[in-house]
Amino acid sequence: MSLSATTAPPPAAPPPPDVASRRRRRYFLNRLDIKYSPYLYIAPFFLIFGAFGLYPMLRTAWMSLHDWDMVGEHTFIGFDNYTELISDDYFWNALINTFGIFALSTIPQLLMALFLANLLNQTLLRAKTFFRLAIFVPNVVSVAAVAIVFGMLFQRDFGLFNWLLNLVGVDQIDWRAQEWSSWTAIATMVNWRWTGYNTLILLAGMQAIPKDLYEAAAIDGASPWRQFWQITLPMLKPTFIFVVILSTIGGMQLFTEPLLFANGSIIGGNQREYQTLAMYMYEKGIYNLSTAGYGAAVAWAIFMIIVFVSLINFVLVRRAAK
Amino acid sequence: MTSASRRLWRTSPLTYMALVLAALLSIYPFYYMIVIGTRSLESINDVPPPMTPGGAFGDNFGRVLDNDAANFLKGLMNSIIVSSVVTVSVVLTGSLAGFAFAKLRFRGRNVLLLAIIVTMMIPTQMGLIPLWSMMQSLDWYDTLYAVTVPFLVSAFGVFMMRQYASQAISDELIEAGRVDGASTFRIYWNIVLPALRPAAGVLGLLTFMETWNSFLWPYAILSPENPTLQVSLSFLSYAYYTDYSQVFAATAVGTIPLVLVFLLFGRQIIGGIMEGAVKS
Repeated sequence: MSLSATTAPPPAAPPPPDVASRRRRRYFLNRLDIKYSPYLYIAPFFLIFGAFGLYPMLRTAWMSLHDWDMVGEHTFIGFDNYTELISDDYFWNALINTFGIFALSTIPQLLMALFLANLLNQTLLRAKTFFRLAIFVPNVVSVAAVAIVFGMLFQRDFGLFNWLLNLVGVDQIDWRAQEWSSWTAIATMVNWRWTGYNTLILLAGMQAIPKDLYEAAAIDGASPWRQFWQITLPMLKPTFIFVVILSTIGGMQLFTEPLLFANGSIIGGNQREYQTLAMYMYEKGIYNLSTAGYGAAVAWAIFMIIVFVSLINFVLVRRAAK
Repeated sequence: MTSASRRLWRTSPLTYMALVLAALLSIYPFYYMIVIGTRSLESINDVPPPMTPGGAFGDNFGRVLDNDAANFLKGLMNSIIVSSVVTVSVVLTGSLAGFAFAKLRFRGRNVLLLAIIVTMMIPTQMGLIPLWSMMQSLDWYDTLYAVTVPFLVSAFGVFMMRQYASQAISDELIEAGRVDGASTFRIYWNIVLPALRPAAGVLGLLTFMETWNSFLWPYAILSPENPTLQVSLSFLSYAYYTDYSQVFAATAVGTIPLVLVFLLFGRQIIGGIMEGAVKS
């Protein structure tokens, strides 16, 4: 990098300078280095993030106020896209689907993660590392592979889940045909992939709780169950809020699983049974280039929903843990 | 530990049963992928479904390679290139900026650090549509620049390195470097970067996994002729959705490198994730 040049002598150095001026130059370069080089070190982040992260996001807001055709005209229309959103049935459908899948994934997933983390938190547990690694494996497998594999497990005719259901006397389910069944299938993929990750984060939070709190409670005769409710949960609050917000951001942006479950159809099932908000944004903004402005409005709507749901979750979790 | 507290912390067999069940459920779909990927196409419709690997992997994978629609090898190469470049860049830019934020004094340091933390909460999807049209005007559509350049830096990377650098590197060490007349960059290169190696390793592994597995953006900006591995897999599964042996052989090959990395460095990865969660 060019930075090291700040202290190297310039190539065309004047002929034998006297010691004093050399020292002065050196001192000057040193001052420059100490004062300004930190900005060079943080510059790459701000330049690239600014160009490819922040700028597009702000531009999304600007586009959303236009009737914006990606290859043609842009006309400023104020908030018309947003008012149109409110009466757009497909938008509401995507919103309901997203929340349905979100509820079916986040709630069981976090309860499960809490349960597993509590088990893994036991001091005398053997093979801790093995269990931690094993439950984290799903997160390593790519979303695309997960969606393809679960897509097969949820096949109507020879899928493993229907085979298992048949064993217990339940008829075959056409998982892709209805809302509840497709939501369940997609939520299962999400749960499988993220439960282990959340378990580890919660476990980290649990391990930060001082052990003597439990000792003291045990001496006072508190059962493990009571210790969990009265020590673990309240002390875990910040970590739990963190996990809930992460899940919210992820859940509102769900895209790959439903898209691949629909074999690449952007509308998610014949009747849009499982089209999510992110898929709808893609459909309007990229799949159809002429409605990019409307797609941008969907993007900002998703962002506002994320902020709104995170706030609600934040308040709920805080209150529940009081 | 006293015997009373030993009894208190004792682990019951039920705990182990629950954990073993969770471990099995976690690993099973992955195992199933290998079972189907190594079975002939006919045997996967069997009732009951096959439960053990077969010997047809070579045959299945041969069909993947012959499948012109998926460009599997091209996707594999592209993924290796993109993931490696992004990983090296995120580690270098992250450690440089992290070092600056942790150990150097400059005006605006706290505000800029706060700005980075805030950006960690912005979903990148929000800029997707304009980013797509930016790539068109840069003439980067369907090129590896489009899937590499925007990801060369990471707010999480800067933040993680900053956290690690502020506790792992003493101010005396840097002072000593200065006294010896080293420039700030020399101090970074010769003193700081080696000291950051453990955190850099974890950040590198996490970045590599994330980049290898990313789907939405490559799917939006790359054509089927020039895919990354994940995009190639998705095209394989749309076009040949009945040939699960072929698709699963391909997903297994695309996943095995990550699983190997995970088996080798899993402890560090998990340690990194858990550390990242509690420090703030």
